[in-house]
Amino acid sequence: MAERIDISIEHRNLPEPSKNDKPHPNTCPECGSHYRDDELAENLWVCPHCNHHFRVRAKDRIAQLADEGTFKEEAADLRSEDPLTFFDMRPYTERLVEAEQETGQGDAMVIGSGAIERVRCELAVMDFAFMGGSMGSVVGEKFARACESAAEQGVPLVSVTSSGGARMQEGILSLMQLPKTVCAVEDLKDSGGAMISVMAHPTTAGVLASFASLGDVIVAEPGALLAFTGPRVVQQTTREKLPDDFGLAESNVRFGHLDAIVGRRDLRPYVGRLLRLFSNHGA
Amino acid sequence: MRDRLSRLKSLRLLRGASISGEMSRLERQLEKTSEPTDMEIWQHVELARHDERPYTLDYIERIFEDFIELHGDRSRAEDPAMVVGLGRLNGRTVALIGQQKGRDTKERIRRNYGMAYPEGYRKAMRTMDLAERHRFPIISLVDTPGAFPGVAAEQHGQGGAIARSQSLMSRLTVPIVACIIGEGGSGGAIAIALADRVLMQENAMYSVISPEGCAAILWRDGGEKVKAAAALKPDAVHTLELGVIDAIVPEPEGGAHTNWDEAARLLSEALQSSLEDLSSIPGEELRRRRRDRFRTLGVYASSTTSTDSTGLSTEPSPTRK
Repeated sequence: MAERIDISIEHRNLPEPSKNDKPHPNTCPECGSHYRDDELAENLWVCPHCNHHFRVRAKDRIAQLADEGTFKEEAADLRSEDPLTFFDMRPYTERLVEAEQETGQGDAMVIGSGAIERVRCELAVMDFAFMGGSMGSVVGEKFARACESAAEQGVPLVSVTSSGGARMQEGILSLMQLPKTVCAVEDLKDSGGAMISVMAHPTTAGVLASFASLGDVIVAEPGALLAFTGPRVVQQTTREKLPDDFGLAESNVRFGHLDAIVGRRDLRPYVGRLLRLFSNHGA
Repeated sequence: MRDRLSRLKSLRLLRGASISGEMSRLERQLEKTSEPTDMEIWQHVELARHDERPYTLDYIERIFEDFIELHGDRSRAEDPAMVVGLGRLNGRTVALIGQQKGRDTKERIRRNYGMAYPEGYRKAMRTMDLAERHRFPIISLVDTPGAFPGVAAEQHGQGGAIARSQSLMSRLTVPIVACIIGEGGSGGAIAIALADRVLMQENAMYSVISPEGCAAILWRDGGEKVKAAAALKPDAVHTLELGVIDAIVPEPEGGAHTNWDEAARLLSEALQSSLEDLSSIPGEELRRRRRDRFRTLGVYASSTTSTDSTGLSTEPSPTRK
């Protein structure tokens, strides 16, 4: 474990952090420990001090799960359009360009074929950094193509979700990505294919209410928020007192919505074992 | 303007829907209005939520004979926000599912304002199972602000219930016709709207999020609901244009609330005509087409080609009016 040095003296003359200041992305929101990029990357973006699971970018997630050099990205050229010419405080097109510049990613999902622990599979991995991992036409299309590709290759699909829900800026078309992805999963299942759904923080709203909940096996990372409606909105709408673990993976497993909670360090071997079971290979 | 109309025509042809009298009405409607103003779109939202608008049970009473309501999800509870049952339409037994709002305060509370718990979706699912077993066509009337956002609803698996209801609908081999008759509120609506034919009443709305919710997130001010509604374009004409629905069901002049009997007659006509179109298609084929219908929804570009929900190619960066 990295040794932590007390740096409070150097911070004495700094201005008080205001409430609106976002904490540094490498600062653990649970215990306040701060790390360099390479320290976190080495620990799979899990806090070595308190086991908090940071969000993982899609590319990093794939590197963590897939055997080195096996992943071949598909449909990387798909880009969102602006079917409603949506304009709120800023045009949707501007938000899209900014998200692509910031993340280096075409949209909020990366799909492709690869192998996990030497078992071939198709991967569909979401990236929360791209507009909150929201599902618009491109995410829906990519997920549907991942299902088709898995069926064609005769391999299981591993889906890793992290999303705030449907992308409002695409209006009703974003809602239509729910039935679209559901139909794609059903086609995959009809072809005899399996789907393993890994829910990372957060898997909410439209993504929870569609393909993510349809895995043959569903697992989640510790502490992940998995809720159709998030705690803030539930509080505002119903004024109910929320339980401390409202919507968290730990609560979901207790209510029977999940097969297991799997920590990130165990995820690769766990998924590997499942894939071997589904493909009926020996160990 | 003309572009819009010809677009609608080719779209309707592609979808193969044909509802008599409705096209000409739509043409008239398009002729008198150019691109609707923000306020006009907001008026649709208000009409869709009108206090006096007929609800699911009001239509059932007027459209179906011998209706018997069924209750309970057979595992945990009875959810009065979702109404299911069997009845006869044009002499044939059909299964019916739909959300139900309340008319007065007491009933509104009992019906939870038409916001179903997971139990409501499970009740719908057991009705779908029953319909599949007995080869009854399914009619789904959508009228909900959304699935209920509460602690118990989450604990009972709201997201999973909505996902599984859609997945069941994608597996059925009996004809399914859905109609948005008021508010088509997001996940709570699509949970019972994965149908062979999706209709929408003239003044209904169909949206991924309520204008208020959208305003609160994107404008950081719930008061900007009119702007949010204009941006979301949840009205029937825009929804048809995007290929999300197959046809618009006309309402009496002034809106469905002005004449319930006439609104029910027009709805009944549309439902019967849709069921007739579907009746000759074999079950497996029906399911295939249903899945393909939803598979093609979405607008995106790739470096080589660009497609949209109508299946027609468009320029890489369309500036549609």
